[in-house]
Order: sequence, then structure tokens, then C-alpha cells
Amino acid sequence: MNPQTLSALALWGATTLYAIAMVAYSVRLAREADAKVAARARVSVGAASGDDVPAAEGGALPRSAAKALGIARSATLVGVILHGVGVAARGIEAGHVPWSTMYEYTISGSFVAVVLFLLIQRRRDVTFLGAGVTGLATVALGLALTVLYEAATGLQPALQSFWLVIHVSIATICAGIFGVAFLVSVLQLLRDSRDKASRTVSGRGFRFLDAVPAAPTLEALAFRLNAVGFVLWTFTVMAGAIWAEHAWGRYWGWDPKEIWSFVIWVVYASYLHARTTQGWAGRRSAYLAIAGFVALILNFTVVNFVFQGLHTYAGSGS
Amino acid sequence: MARVRLDNYAVVDAPRLGVRGWLRWVWRQVTSMRVAIILLLLLALGAIPGSVLPQWPREPARAREFLADNPTLGQWCERLGLLDVYGSAWFTAIYVLLFASLIGCIIPRAMAHFRALRAPVSAAPTALGRYEHAESAPVPQGARTFMTAAARFLRPQPGWWGAVRGYRVRIDERAPRGDDAETELALSADNGHMRELGNLIFHTALVGVLVAVAAGSLLTYRGQAIIVEGRSFTNAVAAYDTFTSGRLFNPDRLYPFTLRLDRFEAVFSPSARPQSFTAFVTLTEPDSDPRATDIRVNKPLGVGGANLYLQGNGFAPDLTVTDADGNVAFAGPVVFLPQNGAYTSTGVVKVPDVTSGPQLGLKATLYPTAVGAGTNLSSVHPDPTNPVMVFTAYQGDLGLDDGVPQNVYRLDESQLSPVRGVDGDPAVLTLTPGATVDLPDGLGSVTWNSLPRFAAIDIRADPSLPWLLSFAILVVVGLALSLFSQRRRIWLVAPLNPRAGHATTVVVGAAYAPPHDVGVGDHLRRVMAAATGTLTRSEDR
Repeated sequence: MNPQTLSALALWGATTLYAIAMVAYSVRLAREADAKVAARARVSVGAASGDDVPAAEGGALPRSAAKALGIARSATLVGVILHGVGVAARGIEAGHVPWSTMYEYTISGSFVAVVLFLLIQRRRDVTFLGAGVTGLATVALGLALTVLYEAATGLQPALQSFWLVIHVSIATICAGIFGVAFLVSVLQLLRDSRDKASRTVSGRGFRFLDAVPAAPTLEALAFRLNAVGFVLWTFTVMAGAIWAEHAWGRYWGWDPKEIWSFVIWVVYASYLHARTTQGWAGRRSAYLAIAGFVALILNFTVVNFVFQGLHTYAGSGS
Repeated sequence: MARVRLDNYAVVDAPRLGVRGWLRWVWRQVTSMRVAIILLLLLALGAIPGSVLPQWPREPARAREFLADNPTLGQWCERLGLLDVYGSAWFTAIYVLLFASLIGCIIPRAMAHFRALRAPVSAAPTALGRYEHAESAPVPQGARTFMTAAARFLRPQPGWWGAVRGYRVRIDERAPRGDDAETELALSADNGHMRELGNLIFHTALVGVLVAVAAGSLLTYRGQAIIVEGRSFTNAVAAYDTFTSGRLFNPDRLYPFTLRLDRFEAVFSPSARPQSFTAFVTLTEPDSDPRATDIRVNKPLGVGGANLYLQGNGFAPDLTVTDADGNVAFAGPVVFLPQNGAYTSTGVVKVPDVTSGPQLGLKATLYPTAVGAGTNLSSVHPDPTNPVMVFTAYQGDLGLDDGVPQNVYRLDESQLSPVRGVDGDPAVLTLTPGATVDLPDGLGSVTWNSLPRFAAIDIRADPSLPWLLSFAILVVVGLALSLFSQRRRIWLVAPLNPRAGHATTVVVGAAYAPPHDVGVGDHLRRVMAAATGTLTRSEDR
């Protein structure tokens, strides 16, 4: 089997496993929410203290929940191994680091997101993120394999630099980190709305929100991720400027990619300021973090396909 | 005095703000965090049009085209500065205000931080039990030994990492409170100072970056020189094909080196993808022997404070044109600009120095690997495997004597007429290397001698670069310090002697940190274990 077939097979396998993991994580989340609601009902029947009940105490979870978690975890683990094999095989096939085209960037970025999730999972329980992260990875891999796929070719002279290894790899890691942080911020907003009895998220479809941590806990997690992401993004922009100075003879030329990298940086900077400012902390700063990730995705999609700039080789096609 | 209405019932006389009062109010608004956030968002939003609309500095041709295609909309965009966003007054206003706000924030905060660093850490609170992270432990060795050990553990350790993570510590002996109380020892430790220090470094370095960029734009110069294989370039303003410089740049300070392009190597894959470009050059610096070196994409050549970048390449066919009298009217390489990936290139030859008759002009297209014929002629590969040149000739006045600078890549056809063949249509002539073709009507002949390549070399010097890099590194270091340093407070309180009826002293500890700091509870336990000497090696800091 040549690396090309191996890469494609492994990535399709990972996509399938992530899809299974997403379903299993969702089932787990739903069961946990049910158990919590039931526990809260018992408590309020007994004593009138409606405060937050610790997550499903004393084996209140049904056996199916444990089974779902087991399936989810093993599917994610095998999935991420296949994903890694797929990315590595692509690198071997192409003969260079696997992040020089949109296809390669997407498979590597989603790999970082899943690995990051598993790393956080080792230190604290973030099972509630599982459905989102595996879902995001399924979509990213599916799109990459069907829409963005491009056969590997040699690197053109403009990309033959060790800055490709540094600049783009850090940018890929940033995409993974900001992606997970984005999920946390979305959950934070939804959970906050549900706690405030907002009508849009009070329905049964949003019951899973009872199983995610309280909004301030989510905010704290999102901040930690975004802080790491922001420092790395600053580094990405800096490394890009140094590379641009080497390759194009100017460190900053307001190329569309540079403009959007700047926009992303400024939006996340405003997020970091907002979360320590009265009246902006909480919901508003979460909106800014989400806007930052949206800008990141725009930078990766619209800027590559629509705008003309020096970064065109990152795009699909010739 | 001005009448100020407090609500529906109360009206008071308040002093007028006055000019100074208003200025102070404006300054306070500008330096407030809320305004800073709004300015940041405006900066982000304001930057976006620059990626959508063509910008004059980056792509003047597209900007001109946009103005021609959209007369009304284009005029409005032009008036609002949307075609030069980053040089426009409003964009400048946003970032100048932002930096004013930044400086207005840094200075007082730096002074406050300096005072805070000189002042002792605030004392431990009395009731430690109310904190989320609180612990207590027996200390057989006594309160004094315990506190000394804890302080040693918390204070900065040797090495930069230890210095970054260290706490500022104070230990007080507190008088008893209440009847049955003992004199107690209270330790208070705080490591929030690194965070604020990082914050200040980050923001100050940002100002430094802005200053370096501004200084660079005043002192820089950049130019492009097109050098044909076998030819030389001497670093002087007149030798450049294009040259721009900052306001404070002094052209007399150009370093007088000479660069000869010995050979240009372009490697393409069979599918015409570029694989490598190398310009083999000989560099002659003043007072030194010539030396052979090369310039590649991503590998500029540094000479006397300037960098030489390989920015483009193509073919420059060497042509000889004779006029009607048979005299050589033009000889030399002509730069042809590549128009596509297969290096189908176009160029013009201007022949003003004819001995008799009208001036001549040629408009030519070069196909490096030609296939097909006639109007179906095209190039399939950038390597010169089967080079063919097709041209039309013009006669008349080239317009070179008007004193108006002309584009060397374009023929001004206003006073020229195409040379026609026997059928009355403009004659299309085909040429291959080594061949000579006669122009109709005995106007002369064109000979293609050889096919050298050319390299477009950008030469740029920006003395601000080392400063810019230093500030940029400080930006990242400051940012990492400010975002990753913890902001923890740790308090340990123990009675100097065991309380009445107890055999050993019991120390009470508490810690306080922002909610995102999940490790603070463990850290408190580790501090207490270290101070009692029960910390195992594996959980060492």
C-alpha cells in the first residue's frame, strides 16, 4: 500500500470513528443531563435547596451512560491514532511537512484540536466537550477529503523555507486551540441563557446544557485556552512577518492574509481586555471570542478563495 | 456656576467644568478601558475594507481599473480613503487614539506598579476559613521554623524560571486578638507582580514596535533592478528601474557595490510547476575582490546594510535591428515580461536611432516551448525547448522626444502605424533563435541572436529592522508573562506557641486566585507540605 492510499484510508477511518464518538458523547451528555434533572427534582422534593447538585452523585447514571462514554472514548482514541497516521502518511507522500495546502492545513488543524481535547481530558473532566470536538473534527475531515483534497505536489520556491515549518505549524496549532475555545464559549453562552431561563434554549433539545459546567467555569476554561492561543497567534504573525521579510523583502504589506491575521489578533486582544472590564465580562467578551474564531475561519476560507494576494498558493487549485 | 438637574425634583448649582475640566474629562474617557475596547474593535473593522477593495500602494493597476469600472462608487471610495485604508486619515486617527489611550494607561500603571513593588505585601487577613482554598496542618517543629521554611520555598529560586515564579513574602508577628488568643505568626505571599510586569512590558513594547515602524518608513529605501545574464548593476539611484525611499533617506549613502548576473537557473517540473530559481552572481564591494555567490527565493543576499531579494525572472532575447540603410540601429537584450505559468512573455523594442526613414517599434510575444501555429500558437512549458517569437512592426514617431517618461514595456501607438504585408493586413512575423527576418517594404531586418534570462532583484534597506525584531520579541515575552503568570496570594497563620490544651502548633493556610486558576488548591497543599518537610520528591515544584 502506498502512502497516498494509506493516508486516505486512515483519514476516512478517523472520520467515521469521530462520527461514532460524537453520537456516543451526545448520548452520554443527554443521560447525564437527565440524571442531574432527576437528582435536582429529588432534592427539591426533600429540602427546598435548589442549588447546583454535584454531577450525578452515587451512581445515579444509568448503565447505558457508562457504556456510551466507553464507546465514545475508545472511538476517539482509535480515531485520533488513525488521524495521526493519515497526517503522517500525507507528509511522507508529499515529502514535506503536511501543512502547505488547505487540505493539509485542515487535516492537521483538526488533528491538533482532538489531541488538545484529549490532553485537557487527562487533567480535568471535559467530557461535555467531546461531542463538539469530535463533531468539529468529523466536519473538518469530511470537508477536507471531499472538497479540499488535492494530490501532493512539490513545494514551490516561495514555500521552500524552514519558516514553513514554524509559521504554519503554529498557525495550525492556533486553529486547533481557538476551535476548542470557541466550542467552550458557545456552551458558556448557551448555559448562561438557560440559567437565565431564556425561551430559546429552555426546550428539551437543550437539556444537555444541564450537564455542562456552570457559565463561570466555562468562561475560565475558554480564557485559559484563548490566552494560550493568543500568545501563539502573536508568535504566528511575528514569524510570518520575519518570513515575509526573507521571501518578499518586506515584513508587512497589508496582503489580505496579513490583514485578516491582524483583524484576528485585534479581536482576540479586545476579548482579553473585555473580560476584565466591568459591563463587558461574561457574555459580551464571549461574543468577541466567537467573533475572533469566525474571523479565523474567514481568513482560512474566504481569503483563500476570493481575495487575490501573495498567499494564493495556500488556496485550492493551481 | 451651572444649574444641574439631578432628577425631577432637585436642581443644584454645580461648578462649571471649564477648559481644564473638560480636557481632564476627555483624557479620562480616552484612557478608559471601555473606549480602548471600542477603539480596538474599530481598528479591526476598519482594517477589513483593505482586503476587499483594491489598495493604491499594493495594487495600483487594479485600483485604477476599479475606478474606471465604477465611476460613482469608486469616487466615493476614493474620497473616503477606502482605496488606501492604511494611509487614510480615519484609520490613522483610530490607531493614534488607541496608542494615546495605551500610553495614558501605561504611565500611571507603571508608576503604581513601581510603588507597589517597593511597598511590602499586604498583610494576611484575619479570617482565613472563609476562603475557598483553606487548609490546616499540625507543625511539630513549631511556628517559626515552619514559616521560615515556607518563606524559603515561596521566595524566588535561582535560575530565571525560579525568579519568574517566586513570591514576594512578608512575615508578621501579630499581637493577640481576644482573650484566649496567643501571639501569632502570619505569612503573606503574593506573586501577582510578574503578571503586571509582563503586562507593562507587552504594552510598552507595542509602542516600541510602532515607533520602529514609523522610523523605518522614514529611513528605508527600496528599488528594483532588472539584470540580464552577463550584465552588471551598480548600486546608484539612476541604475534602478524603480526606486522609492523614505523622507529622511540620503541617496549619497547608497553602498556602491556592483552585482553581475553570471547565470540564472530556473528548474521546472514536467508539469511546469516551478521548483527552484537561483541567480548566480558576482558581487564586487568597494575595496575588496569580487566574490561569487547566489541569491534564491527565501534566501536574500545581505550587502552593506541592504538585502537583495530575488523577486522575478524571465527571458530577455538578444536582438539586433537594422534599418532601411542596413545600419545597426538597435542591438542588445530586451526584457520580456512573463504573462503566465508557461512563460509566454511579451516585450517591445523601440528603435529611435534610425539613419533614415521613420522610427521603428516592435511588439513581440515569446513562446519558450511553442506548439501549434498561427493564431493557435501557445507555450506549453517555461523551459526554452522550442522558442518562437512572433512580432508586429510599427513605423512612425515613438514619442520619445516629448520629454514625457514612457513605460518601457508599452509602445505608444498614437503616432505609429503598423507595418503592413502584401495583403494589406498588419504583417505578423515569426522568428527563431539565430534567424534573421526582413521587414516588409525594405524597412530593415530583425535578428534574434540568443536567449539570455533576466532576474528582477529587489534591493531594500531598513535600519529599523533590528529594533523592530527586539520589540517584537519583547511583545511576545511580555504577553506570555502577563497571560501565563499566576496571580496567587497565599497566607499562613500559626500561633507562636501551641494553643492551650494542644500538644502541637496548628497552622492555618489559605490561598486566593482568579477562578481560571485550577491548580491553586494543590499549590497551597504543596507549600504546606514543603514547609513541614513532608513533600515527596515527585511532587516537588
